[in-house]
Amino acid sequence: MSDWVEACAAGDIDEEDVMRFDHGGRTFAIYRSPDDEYFATDGLCTHEKVHLADGLVMDDIIECPKHNGRFNYKTGAARGAPVCVNIKTYPVKVDAGKVLVQIG
Amino acid sequence: MARGMVIIGAGECGGRAALALRDLGYDGPVTLVGDEPHLPYERPPLSKEAMASDAPAIKAIASDEVLAEKSIRHIHSVQAVAIDRAAHTVRLSDGSALPYDKLLLATGSTPRKLPMPGLGGRCVYLRTFADALAIRAHLRAGNRIAVIGGGFIGLELAAAARKLGASVTVIEAQPRILMRGVPAEIAEIIHKAHVAEGVDVVCGQGIASIADDGKEVRVMLAGGREISADLAVIGIGAVPVTGLAAEAGLAIENGIAVDAELRSSDPDIFAAGDCCSFPLAVYGGRRVRLEAWRNAQEQGALGARNMLGAGEAHAAVPWFWSDQYGLSLQIAGLSDEGRSTVRRDLSDGAFILFHLAEEGRLVAASGIGPGNAVARDIRLAEMLIGKRAKPSVEALGSPDVKLKALLAPERSHRLADGGAAPHLPAGILSP
Repeated sequence: MSDWVEACAAGDIDEEDVMRFDHGGRTFAIYRSPDDEYFATDGLCTHEKVHLADGLVMDDIIECPKHNGRFNYKTGAARGAPVCVNIKTYPVKVDAGKVLVQIG
Repeated sequence: MARGMVIIGAGECGGRAALALRDLGYDGPVTLVGDEPHLPYERPPLSKEAMASDAPAIKAIASDEVLAEKSIRHIHSVQAVAIDRAAHTVRLSDGSALPYDKLLLATGSTPRKLPMPGLGGRCVYLRTFADALAIRAHLRAGNRIAVIGGGFIGLELAAAARKLGASVTVIEAQPRILMRGVPAEIAEIIHKAHVAEGVDVVCGQGIASIADDGKEVRVMLAGGREISADLAVIGIGAVPVTGLAAEAGLAIENGIAVDAELRSSDPDIFAAGDCCSFPLAVYGGRRVRLEAWRNAQEQGALGARNMLGAGEAHAAVPWFWSDQYGLSLQIAGLSDEGRSTVRRDLSDGAFILFHLAEEGRLVAASGIGPGNAVARDIRLAEMLIGKRAKPSVEALGSPDVKLKALLAPERSHRLADGGAAPHLPAGILSP
């Protein structure tokens, strides 16, 4: 099992928003849902390698800033053309005000 | 036995329509006819820096395996030559005929030809992957590229050519680049970026004559200047491909004329994407024709739904983007609907112009900046435009005011969740 990595402070991300997190040469997207839970996915869209953190979060959906491909960021499921490949998700927990991601 | 659904044109629009028919649960025959030898593929990369790679490849919308798995018959390298509306058949250039219950014309557009004598083998247009490969072969250090037309295709290609070290001259007859649909403030940023990257941008100069001996092109400008190039790429707009529809007697009006449900003057024939003109609900039914990737994708899917009887009117707001160097431009709505603008400055020099109609309604938003700096706000602006919102000028101009908050009061907008299928009449899905 790999370690939990600190991505940011819980308050760094607004509700219903997303932030980019780079670690170890990889890039991730960290989400805070409207009901104040935190989630993490790979940072790049599975369609054209665009950073999802520049995209729009509404409800459970992140939309790619370039081509409007959509994913459910809680499950990683592809939810709209042009994306057809699901995105990888990672476990997240909040501890002492810090958002921790388990990047396997 | 169902005759099935036939789609003419295997680009973004046709490809998406075929996939959508299956995703909606239709289980009769689906046939996709294209005149190129490739799988349906995405065209936007053809003019962009993706072309600068050593071995450009098509970005397919669906693989052979996916088409087979979904029982979509893809007939490639063949043209549709005639529609027999009474018999409900389409005749193909290989002599065969396809029966249909519903037909979707997704024939796209074709580059507008430069109406001048003297054009030869060194004067080319860009539409297909084959065109792009032929152009790519000339993009290298030491070569001179003349781009005729300062529109998106030409400018994106100019950026790709510079990346590969070619010298580039862009020739635009209008007083500035991107006259159609892009505000002057934003066009100026793009113009400066090209100049900074070493492109010679010549505006306000018509072309007096062109001489092309097959090895070199000489472009004589009206002002007397002569530009010599190894290749001239002509990007002066596109015209809808309507020949098949016109010969079949369908109504044509700057493209195949369709109603809000993308139905042509024949109730069993639909048209979608670049080839059709349609009433745009968000501007009171103004008839437009859009040449944009997302429109092709959305209308392909909408056409599929309505071929299956969904009766759904087009409701989307036009949107497009362009990438040049590190800059990305995004525009939602049609800015010519606006009478005044409000500017919102974001970080890193990025900014958005909100275009307001006389009564204060937000009708368009144009943004430019590095990377995807404007993407989120443009997307939210698109939703506000769709809602016919009248946001306050102060809020629009203040970067501290989140656009999402303007949407919030009666937030009906959601990002479409691809899982939801529209209600379709029974009996259509399983003919």
